[in-house]
Amino acid sequence: MAHFTKATSVKDWFNQRLAVEKVEKVMMSEYWIPKNINFLWAMGMVLVITFALLLVSGIFLLMYYQPNVNTAFDSVNYTIMREVDFGWLWRHVHGVAASVVFLIIYIHMFTGIYYGSYKKGREMIWISGMLLFVAFSAEAFSGYMLPWGQMSYWAGMVITNLFAGGSLHADGLVEWIRGDYVPAQAFLTRFFMLHVLLIPLAIMGLIGLHFAALRIPHVNNQDGEEVDFDAEAKKYLAGDKAGSKVMRFANDFMAKDMMVVGIYLVFFFYLVFFHYGFAMDPVNFDPADGLKTPAHIYPEWYFLWSYEILRPFSTDIGLMAFAFAQVIFVLLPFLDRSPNTVPASRRGLFQIWFWAMLVDMIVLTAMGKLPPAGIFSTIGLVAALTFIGLWIALPFITKMEKKA
Amino acid sequence: MKNSSRRGFMGKAFGAVAGVGAIGSLYAMKKSWDPLPSVKAAGFTTLDMSAYAENELVTEKWRGKPIFVLKLTADMLKAMKSKKNDMDRLIKVDGSYYMVTIGLCTHLGCIPGYRPETEDFLCACHGGMYDASGDVTKAPPPRGLDIPPFKIDGTKLVLGEEGSEYKAMKENGITL
Repeated sequence: MAHFTKATSVKDWFNQRLAVEKVEKVMMSEYWIPKNINFLWAMGMVLVITFALLLVSGIFLLMYYQPNVNTAFDSVNYTIMREVDFGWLWRHVHGVAASVVFLIIYIHMFTGIYYGSYKKGREMIWISGMLLFVAFSAEAFSGYMLPWGQMSYWAGMVITNLFAGGSLHADGLVEWIRGDYVPAQAFLTRFFMLHVLLIPLAIMGLIGLHFAALRIPHVNNQDGEEVDFDAEAKKYLAGDKAGSKVMRFANDFMAKDMMVVGIYLVFFFYLVFFHYGFAMDPVNFDPADGLKTPAHIYPEWYFLWSYEILRPFSTDIGLMAFAFAQVIFVLLPFLDRSPNTVPASRRGLFQIWFWAMLVDMIVLTAMGKLPPAGIFSTIGLVAALTFIGLWIALPFITKMEKKA
Repeated sequence: MKNSSRRGFMGKAFGAVAGVGAIGSLYAMKKSWDPLPSVKAAGFTTLDMSAYAENELVTEKWRGKPIFVLKLTADMLKAMKSKKNDMDRLIKVDGSYYMVTIGLCTHLGCIPGYRPETEDFLCACHGGMYDASGDVTKAPPPRGLDIPPFKIDGTKLVLGEEGSEYKAMKENGITL
């Protein structure tokens, strides 16, 4: 229907060409969200806002950062921090957001696990979400290389060494990834490219997929109830807003969503202005030196749990356990054999599984930070074995689960 | 092919050309990530072995990695004579014995420290230990310190080139 009439207003002009009213309905006013939800359903929007903060602060850092092994350290610690007006603000926003984004991702993930939001048509939401987690991990790691401090260098050394595959000794692969025998200029420039272009592109694509995966099954609710969205939407549009089980995405849901975002941003900027230190490792304020290892090499807090799964074992078994931990969450929708989509609290053994997994990951995180000696290394080993054991047990305990 | 339409043929022809192009591009992309010739050319270091003092660890640099060079004393050699594995790890240049290894712990790549009084290495990261020949004496390291490829050239040692002595070590499983 390519028949255009003289526009009656600016809106009509756009409407004829871009169907803005239709788009607004599909994306916002007639995109239906169940009412039976709580503040944990706002984490998606919190993540969108955090990603926006990372993008904007990153653009400003990019204007002064120099991806050169001789100048990178000073371009961050001198130029951006001391010379550029408000350069410190962009750096601290970027560093704090990079850390906090993982906290929110973990909350978002465990919310999904608790309410069974990865089942009955919602598998692709979960899988695309886990791919986003992988992409964010790669983004965090590549970004950590850029200030070219001691921790950047040695984290780069240790993590790329993982690709040698232990006894496989694929040193050629490691040298190929680095473009050199050790992390050097080629390594820094290619990780710079990955951090500012390729991985962000992948992240944006995956966010699109994540949202698209949500359209057909819709958002889950607190009881895992199967809502007839068409019928409830009709009820809402007919005027029975109170009786309908759904509400509009905008502005109904967004109003509360943005209130949670508001509270989050107060917390976020409190960290940026008064407590940014946790996101800035003091060791990384020494320039990279390939002939001096820092006394302790440990990852940022959000990688500690998987690092602790690697650490208590011998090289090869450790690598296998680590690889297991990296991929196993993706398979959750298929390892959970129960047809029940209800909160964990109504699923018997699965409730115990959920809390055991959460506590185990917190223990792994804590042990990953402590030196691997004495009682800590024993606790770490037990927690790592528990992690693997819980995943092996999952199909069996969910299989036994009674139909709710 | 006989029954397929012209449109189908065009699709297959395009697919074939695009497939070749895709493989070609992947090859080019892989090669672009390879270490540059200048990086590879800088991968040789020549050490003058006559310059080292006994039981004094010197850290050299080869391909950006630290290289441990330790000239052994007569006493250290006497103690080591009984351990064949240790003797095999040493490099004999101009009548003297040297330990030449990559100074990175084989566990996770930290740099161990040398203790001249006890004549051994201790890695501060996870407590791994090595004797004066670089052989592992305490876990977690899975093996002794790696020996870099070397070639003996009179009183000099060229790192990065594989001489016959190095090849023999590799064959006997002394180093990787």
